[in-house]
Amino acid sequence: MLDIQKIRADFPILSETVNGKPLVYFDNGATSQKPQIVIDAISKYYQEINANIHRGVHTLSQLATDAYEISRGKVQNHINAQFSHEVLFTSGTTFGINLVANGFASILKPGDEVLVSSLEHHSNIVPWQMLCEKTGATLKVIPMNDKGELIMAEYDKLLSDKTKIVTVNHISNALGTLNPIKYMIDKAHEVGAAILIDGAQAVPHLKPDVQALDCDFYVFSGHKMCGPTGTGILYGKEAWLNKLPPYQGGGEMIKEVTFEKTTYAELPHKFEAGTPNIAGGIVLGTAIDYMNEVGFDNIQQQELELLEYGTKRLLEIEGLRIIGTATEKTSVISFNIEGIHPYDIGTIIDKLGIAVRTGHHCAQPIMNFFNIPGTIRASFSFYNTKEEVDALVEAVKRAQMMLS
Amino acid sequence: MKIKDIQEEIVDEFSMFDDWMQRYEYIIDLGKNLPLIKDEAKTDNNLIKGCQSKVWLQGEQNDDKVVFTADSDAILTKGIIAILIRTFSNQSPADILAADMDFIDEIGLKEHLSPTRANGLVSMIKNIKMYALAFDAKK
Repeated sequence: MLDIQKIRADFPILSETVNGKPLVYFDNGATSQKPQIVIDAISKYYQEINANIHRGVHTLSQLATDAYEISRGKVQNHINAQFSHEVLFTSGTTFGINLVANGFASILKPGDEVLVSSLEHHSNIVPWQMLCEKTGATLKVIPMNDKGELIMAEYDKLLSDKTKIVTVNHISNALGTLNPIKYMIDKAHEVGAAILIDGAQAVPHLKPDVQALDCDFYVFSGHKMCGPTGTGILYGKEAWLNKLPPYQGGGEMIKEVTFEKTTYAELPHKFEAGTPNIAGGIVLGTAIDYMNEVGFDNIQQQELELLEYGTKRLLEIEGLRIIGTATEKTSVISFNIEGIHPYDIGTIIDKLGIAVRTGHHCAQPIMNFFNIPGTIRASFSFYNTKEEVDALVEAVKRAQMMLS
Repeated sequence: MKIKDIQEEIVDEFSMFDDWMQRYEYIIDLGKNLPLIKDEAKTDNNLIKGCQSKVWLQGEQNDDKVVFTADSDAILTKGIIAILIRTFSNQSPADILAADMDFIDEIGLKEHLSPTRANGLVSMIKNIKMYALAFDAKK
């Protein structure tokens, strides 16, 4: 069992007030808060070892390079990648997806198919649409049911030897659905397709094992898992990363440059042009250490309790409907109240100190599917409490009274 | 009434409230008196982009004045657009174009003025001014 008060003391922002009320932070799906140890590690880097990496022979450069590469190793261990050079530092999930989609431009031909799920964030739709426009490939969509679960029978039917890559999130940002990615990965491989997993919403809740999953690509952001903004990871199987062309040209990613021909550096540097977010990359390792210290078993237990309690309490509110009722879901509750626009509720409860997300959550196709303008999304983290859930319920009731 | 006088009147009304709750309740009330846009005018053309809620706005010329009607699917947004319409409807295009928006700050809605704010107050003001500009050019 977690000592929640002890955990909360690690996060200075959680004792702040907003609009004169104690902050209740339920927008963890957008970004998580940061523990003091992460905040301190950023200062420490700049105070003690700031230098450019992989370049200088001087001591500081060596110290910074070591710290950066140690962090890469931490990520490798965390996701159980076979090699550290399969772990690429990026600026976030969006960059990772774009890198892969861009790389596939050299592989796809007209008539090939890209399969994307109907549960995706815009950042896992648009890069593939752009890829299809560029190559003449066709985008096909894996449909979902009324509970917000992908329909596997339909997925099976969509797969064929034309399918070149499948892309799906591990967990849906808008609804919290946990997708059956192991099944989807195996099925994609049966037809010879590659598969990318968008793990942005998964890594705050669980530890993915990329070898056990056998996925070709797994992308995520650091800032949703207690790390700094502007950090992220693209895991790719060595064979795939060797096959894809570089995404950006510049320093660091080259072996030899002449005006006639440039040869590219080995992995991972081939994909890491320019000076990276060194502090961010190093501190992402600190964040991963912190989360492992809290323990993912503990995290999941606490979040499951919040999900069950929150679902029960919110359903006590008259006219409240939960959107996304998948059997397998994580601590996200997306809801609407009959006759009231989500924007109105969000604005009022903000004044009561409650931070939730309202709107379409960058997933307009999902909102269109349910024929709603948007939802109110409360996404819980392990540092949230049942008392905070109670505060949310009271705030929503008060908003409902004002607005009806 | 001149735009400046209407704005002062609105500022006076809002100064009666001590907390956000009363202010928001008043905004909700104002929304109930919004001059509603005709259903057939709720077209994509009249839909203001950049809002989390839907806002339709139409400006029509009545002699030398511009008359605005609007609607929204969110109650608070309806109230906010009602405040704008009360200020700008039945005014001349030149006066609308010349008006400043400082009173929004004074009634405690400054946070809604950020360009990324989801209610699109900035887009609403822009659309109102665009109508004025279009009618002004026709003169």
